[in-house]
Amino acid sequence: MGTLELLDISVRFGGLQALTDVSFCVREGDIVGLIGPNGAGKTTVFNVITGVYQTSAGQVSYDGRPLRDLRPHKILALGVARTFQNIRLFQNMTALENVMVAQHCRTRQGVLGAILRSGSQKREEARIREKAMQSLIFMGLSDFAGEVASNMAYGLQRRLEIARALASEPKTLLLDEPAAGLNPAESRELMHTIGRISDLGVSILMVEHDMKVVMGICRQIVVLDHGVMIAEGKPEAIQRDPRVIEAYLGQ
Amino acid sequence: MTTPASRKLWLGYGLAMIWLFVLLWPLMGIKPEGLEFAESFAVWARVAAAAAILLAFWQAKQHGFLDAALLPAQAASALLARAAGRVPTWIWLALLAAAMVVFPFLTERYAHDVAISVLVYICLGLGLNVVVGLAGLLDLGYIAFYGVGAYTYALLSVHYGLSFWLCLPISGAFSALAGCIIGYPTLRMRGDYLAIVTLGFGEIVRIVLNNWMKLTNGPNGILGIKTPDAYWWKDGAFTHIWLSSLEQLYFVVLGLAVSTVVAVYRLNHSRIGRAFEAVREDQTAAELMGVNTLGIKLLAYALGAVLGGLAGAFFAARMRFVSPESFTFIESAMVLAMVVLGGMGSIPGVVLGALALVALPEAFRGFELYRMFVFGGVMAVMMLFRPKGLWPAKRMGARSEERD
Repeated sequence: MGTLELLDISVRFGGLQALTDVSFCVREGDIVGLIGPNGAGKTTVFNVITGVYQTSAGQVSYDGRPLRDLRPHKILALGVARTFQNIRLFQNMTALENVMVAQHCRTRQGVLGAILRSGSQKREEARIREKAMQSLIFMGLSDFAGEVASNMAYGLQRRLEIARALASEPKTLLLDEPAAGLNPAESRELMHTIGRISDLGVSILMVEHDMKVVMGICRQIVVLDHGVMIAEGKPEAIQRDPRVIEAYLGQ
Repeated sequence: MTTPASRKLWLGYGLAMIWLFVLLWPLMGIKPEGLEFAESFAVWARVAAAAAILLAFWQAKQHGFLDAALLPAQAASALLARAAGRVPTWIWLALLAAAMVVFPFLTERYAHDVAISVLVYICLGLGLNVVVGLAGLLDLGYIAFYGVGAYTYALLSVHYGLSFWLCLPISGAFSALAGCIIGYPTLRMRGDYLAIVTLGFGEIVRIVLNNWMKLTNGPNGILGIKTPDAYWWKDGAFTHIWLSSLEQLYFVVLGLAVSTVVAVYRLNHSRIGRAFEAVREDQTAAELMGVNTLGIKLLAYALGAVLGGLAGAFFAARMRFVSPESFTFIESAMVLAMVVLGGMGSIPGVVLGALALVALPEAFRGFELYRMFVFGGVMAVMMLFRPKGLWPAKRMGARSEERD
């Protein structure tokens, strides 16, 4: 369960070839790092997986099920959640409400239930609140439940994004530069947290520039350059790969 | 008092007064008999003097000259607010409910009439509030759903003699249908584009009502609509009565308005309400966090339409007459103004907005001539000093497309 597979993915935007024949796999329990210089197409990979962009060729499948033509909310419902490179919280909602939104796809109550406040509605609402609270506690944010997202410190907002993604009960979590803007202490804390998420049985695909973080926790690394996959392998092998060094340092 | 700040302030005042005169004189001074300065100058001098006095007071306050008088007043009001805060909410609600119930027995016809208008607009405002305030979709043709609801009840009542209470849900259903028909193709658009398209649809509905002679009797409207009916305990038995007096209608629309408030409040604090707000805050993130944004926007649109349709059915029953004239763009604009003035997404805000825009103009009937002028001025001042409305919602921000 929870195997994400990309097969020969190509994406074109008009004349721009953003991705060319990218293939890799995130298996259950994996922690995969996706690295590459700026503009290599890392976020594009995320957008393709989560259904924001359509592929020009190739196929993304999850547990063998093709994700093509599925709208993003359906893909989340299947168990692939993500965070964003530039934080996209619901700024004016509280931390708890932000996280509660992620339970939307796991719940069913409709308008009538809400207006009549039926028993099942109340039970469901309590369950949503409890799940959201668990997620906040897991990320160490329980003290900030009532805080409006835009008033929270940057590092806390980053954590809240992960809490929100976790509250959708994913089997695979995509983290887009989770360590961006964090200080070294916060980065270490983040690595620890990612380890704990992995222990929950959630497989992780992360884009990250901070090599200490990537090399520290990823078991598998995929390197992109100009939309082409130039290397894939264990961290130690990647660090020695001449093509990777060339891509990062130039000729 | 010649700090740079105060000099800048008085300079601004001078410029504003020159600007005012340049605007005022052509309006008042150019006449068929020739040019005249005295009249416009007299008005201008009065406005300038009033503004100067206000400015002087404000400066005195800024410099702390009024502290002796203001500080005790502030302390007193803070004390009052704390005392009021200690009273549980349900007591306030009970007091409000009691006031609403005894209101018609203490007042006369004219007040009943105004109160009914206010309550109808509260229903409309709350409906539009779901669309604009919660889901963040700017809708300039909202009154179309009011019209659909009104005509649905009018036609069913006149042709089939169906009861108001039976027609109420039917009107809501037809409005919801209209909402879905209009919403489905248009809700893929965002922001300004959506506003223009809804404006167009609002006009289409009015023009159809105006020209479909066979069904709607065109501009002549539909006459002879029945008022709501009820069974009332009288002389030892339930007898059938028509609720045609203004007090009776007041209670009908009060019931409608209270149900609307409760429904919108509960909706706001539910999974659906959170999804609405998520869409408003950041549509892309909402979709990626599992909210079916197309579906939820359509739902917001349909719910707004239902509330508008219910209000419309009551409107038809109360007037016993409908014509397309009641459903013009200016009505949409008024309802939108109530929502914005009161505070988008806030239920007490919308209620205050409806009160301000319907009841206050009635109270100032004496200034008939200047009503719209004052209205415009108040709106401008409001947007400067309280841009989030009279009673802002606890959480309310920019619509997502403004950031995208």
